[in-house]
Amino acid sequence: MHTIFALASGAGRAAIAVIRLSGPDTRTILQRLAGGLPKARQASLRRLRHPDTGETLDEALALWFPGPGSYTGEDSAELHLHGGRAVVEGVSAALLALGARPAEPGEFTRRAFLNNRLDLTAAEGIADLIDAETAAQRRQALRQAGGALARRYAGWAERLTRLLAHQEAAIEFAEDGLPNTLEAEVRAAGATLAAEIASHLADGHRGERLREGLWAAIVGAPNAGKSSLLNALAGREAAIVSARAGTTRDVVEVRLDLSGVPVLLADTAGLRETEDEIEAEGVRRARRRAEEADLVIAVFAADAPPDASTVTLLAPGTLVIANKTDLAPAPGAIGGIVPLAVSATTGQGLDALRAALAEAAAHRAGLSEEASLTRPRHRAALSEAAEWIAEAGRAPLPELSAEALRAALRALGRLTGRIGVEQVLDVVFGDFCIGK
Amino acid sequence: MRENHFDVVVVGGGHAGTEAAAAAARCGARTLLLTHKFETLGEMSCNPAIGGVGKGHLVREIDALDGLMGRAADAAGIHFKLLNRSKGPAVRGPRAQADRALYRRAVQALLTAQPGLTIRAEAAEGLERDAAGRVVAVLTGAGARIGCGAVVITAGTFLRGEIHIGETRQPAGRVGDAPSVGLALALEALGLPMRRLKTGTPPRLDGRTIDWTALEMQPGDAEPEPLSWMTDRITNRQVACGITATTPEGHALIRANLHRAPIHSGQIQGVGPRYCPSIEDKISRFADRDRHQIFLEPEGLDDPTVYPNGISTSLPEDVQRAFIATIPGLERTVIARLGYAIEYDHVDPRALRPTLELRAVPGLFLAGQINGTTGYEEAGAQGLLAGLNAALLAGGGEGQVLARTEAYLGVMVDDLVLQGVTEPYRMLTARSEHRLALRADNAGLRLTEKGIAWGLVGPERAARFRAFSAALTDALARARAEGGTPAALQAAGIPINQDGRWRTLMEVLALPEVSGEAVAAAFPWLRDLPSGIRAQLEAEALYAPYLQRQAAELRLLEREERASIPLGIDFTTIPGLSREMQQRLGAAQPETLGSAGRVAGITPAALAALAVHLRRQQERFT
Repeated sequence: MHTIFALASGAGRAAIAVIRLSGPDTRTILQRLAGGLPKARQASLRRLRHPDTGETLDEALALWFPGPGSYTGEDSAELHLHGGRAVVEGVSAALLALGARPAEPGEFTRRAFLNNRLDLTAAEGIADLIDAETAAQRRQALRQAGGALARRYAGWAERLTRLLAHQEAAIEFAEDGLPNTLEAEVRAAGATLAAEIASHLADGHRGERLREGLWAAIVGAPNAGKSSLLNALAGREAAIVSARAGTTRDVVEVRLDLSGVPVLLADTAGLRETEDEIEAEGVRRARRRAEEADLVIAVFAADAPPDASTVTLLAPGTLVIANKTDLAPAPGAIGGIVPLAVSATTGQGLDALRAALAEAAAHRAGLSEEASLTRPRHRAALSEAAEWIAEAGRAPLPELSAEALRAALRALGRLTGRIGVEQVLDVVFGDFCIGK
Repeated sequence: MRENHFDVVVVGGGHAGTEAAAAAARCGARTLLLTHKFETLGEMSCNPAIGGVGKGHLVREIDALDGLMGRAADAAGIHFKLLNRSKGPAVRGPRAQADRALYRRAVQALLTAQPGLTIRAEAAEGLERDAAGRVVAVLTGAGARIGCGAVVITAGTFLRGEIHIGETRQPAGRVGDAPSVGLALALEALGLPMRRLKTGTPPRLDGRTIDWTALEMQPGDAEPEPLSWMTDRITNRQVACGITATTPEGHALIRANLHRAPIHSGQIQGVGPRYCPSIEDKISRFADRDRHQIFLEPEGLDDPTVYPNGISTSLPEDVQRAFIATIPGLERTVIARLGYAIEYDHVDPRALRPTLELRAVPGLFLAGQINGTTGYEEAGAQGLLAGLNAALLAGGGEGQVLARTEAYLGVMVDDLVLQGVTEPYRMLTARSEHRLALRADNAGLRLTEKGIAWGLVGPERAARFRAFSAALTDALARARAEGGTPAALQAAGIPINQDGRWRTLMEVLALPEVSGEAVAAAFPWLRDLPSGIRAQLEAEALYAPYLQRQAAELRLLEREERASIPLGIDFTTIPGLSREMQQRLGAAQPETLGSAGRVAGITPAALAALAVHLRRQQERFT
């Protein structure tokens, strides 16, 4: 069983960051990182060093909770670090080097439950929290380098699924006249894939810097006043405002600072069917942006009936705005949500809007996984997958090769979502004419 | 005198029904088997073969629990082959082609010899339930009321079965046998979720009109490997199969007549299996292939009928005849019986508990094709489990299940009751995440001890198994204690990397570059072991490094399997579950936290919410 770690404190610019560790190797990891085991359940100041380079990472408080009396029931520990991003990133890298793995959403809870240590007073809302963590991780992956990274992982997962499917076909349907080059092809394609993942890991992810802070997207019908709203919030003419519907064809971004948390506010093209190709691309981007956003701000014009295609985007947590309240009164509810009445022209309701944004930003800061942990999480999954694929290539028997490819797919599945046996079988029956 | 009360009544005499009846009787339940005809007990309705990769694993598991299938196949086998012989033991699949008449005779003989089992050729037409909804009696076509403690229904494709040959269709359970309409109505009255599936079979050929001289012949293995652990030697005369293939001419003919195939004309609505496509499916889906292989399998030693494996079809009669004539060796062949497709009703298996009892109808068990599976082996294995549990229930005992970590039977039942089926379900080794541990060669070691505890295993097998098991334990201990340095091993004729590390014999056997023969030459006591024991040592050694790595994960799984979810829980009342998760869990009704995690689409958040809820319940009751 793996030893797992996660950032237990919220992200953002806090003074202290807490990393929590749990699992059978906690004791050794702590000894090697902190130069010895602190007294159980007592905070002690320790110098943390990287196990390979000896470089000092931080002067931190280390706490050691031997199982079964710990939160998860396993041996576990807490490291209270100085909360800079560089420090968290350095310590995570060291933990990875020591064989720990970043936790998946819900993993601490699951272990606590199985060891009968689940604290019911702390369990309130735990499912919501895990859901939010999962969604935040998914959005973060979507966003990286404009989604290029998510697409790359998905591409790898698809190729790996095919490799496993072909290996399984060779085991299951050897009598069905499959090409006799099949297993050699699996090995060759596996070697290429492992090399590709390894070179991705080696190149240091240039150009894949995460953009941090709250992502908010303004969506709405053409001419609902989205751009005016953005400008009013930004206090400058960031988006071109005109009375002509369809003026904003691409996504316009403004950075705001709301009580210390950066907010990236994006104005999108109005949602409508259009024959104009460029505008249609803008609408497509708008929808995608809404999907990537932590917070969707849906803007409706108070002087017109609610726009149907915007209503379809409403979900729990969407901030609904009735704009242009200088022209008409705000409706009581849109899609079951009470709108915030705003006029970008007179400034009415803007303070309430800023407050709502600040609250959303603070909430997200409590959930999000910092870039410094996202990257180690991805690296851990990718290098595990690459190692298993390489092992498949060395396996002396087909069933051992399949076993290694299954493990590789499980590792990659931590980034792309689980890939089950049915998806593998789909490829088997799609690629080969099987059945006597 | 006619007895009108039994502990267990089994309805249906196919592979599921016969295993169920025999298993229930072995457990000591007074059992009645109701079938349409005594003569068709143990009938092989489709291809005349038992076993294969995955399916062979199931046969060995049935056998390890002292079931019928392996012994009957050995008594009837006329062509044996161990599939995947060049691969490792985990994926080798024993298979036997059987003489259909001998197979029926063997099954009927085993059933007749089974104490506590009564067989009647009488149709089941209805069920009687008590006020609590529990099944208490079966009503027969002859007007009898048979009281009982539990019922197992194994109706196969007989529920609203409809046969299609080209444009013609006719209600039937199997060619020549009527469908079970009365039983279908009785099941319908229970309000069970029914779905429709289809399957197909090829035309049967008159072997006397096949030009065998034009064909490549494939013999079986020179040393046939029995399917049953209790069989020492195969005594039947062995026969070869012929190999031929379809031709571009035949493909053109089928393409020109595709619109007349019921599957393409929309006449058939049921979903067929992807791994057993009809020849018309193969030709339309894989248009680039200009030949598909056909195995010509004799159906018996004294029976001229030949089963052409690979060309299942429901095309009209004239097309079937013209198509057969395009195949090399079959130019003048007479069709003994046309190929056909059959559509039938099955019950959504998510309505079942892992014991194969219907959740909504206490006392009623279902097994075999009625649960959406295909294949004799899948049916037989379910039948055995259902028969065991019916007997336990009737006797007031606790239900028993097998875990995914223990048996392919456990994998299959878990897949069925949690995921349901979208096509007829077939066993594949790819479905098991513990494939290296669940081998055809160690089915006895995995299951026989359990079978003894459940009362399923007779004294003869129990004694033989215990002797084997003790000898294996000794041999394993010795192979883990003895060993040598690389230099010593090299000197003894074992080529090995000179790294100075002392290795046990198990570690030496695990090395891919070292053959078992070389080790046995250096350590002659290995050579003196009974062959089954040495094969076990070698298989264990081969996979040990992999199995050790999975051990921690396995322990975690086992703990999740122990966290049980109360029966009949209402998932909509659990705080924190989204509506989608409520629906998914509600449809699958998992009985443990582990199985909840395997329901397709269940998120970590849903599992956490469920865990919190279970914890809270524990708190309340302790």
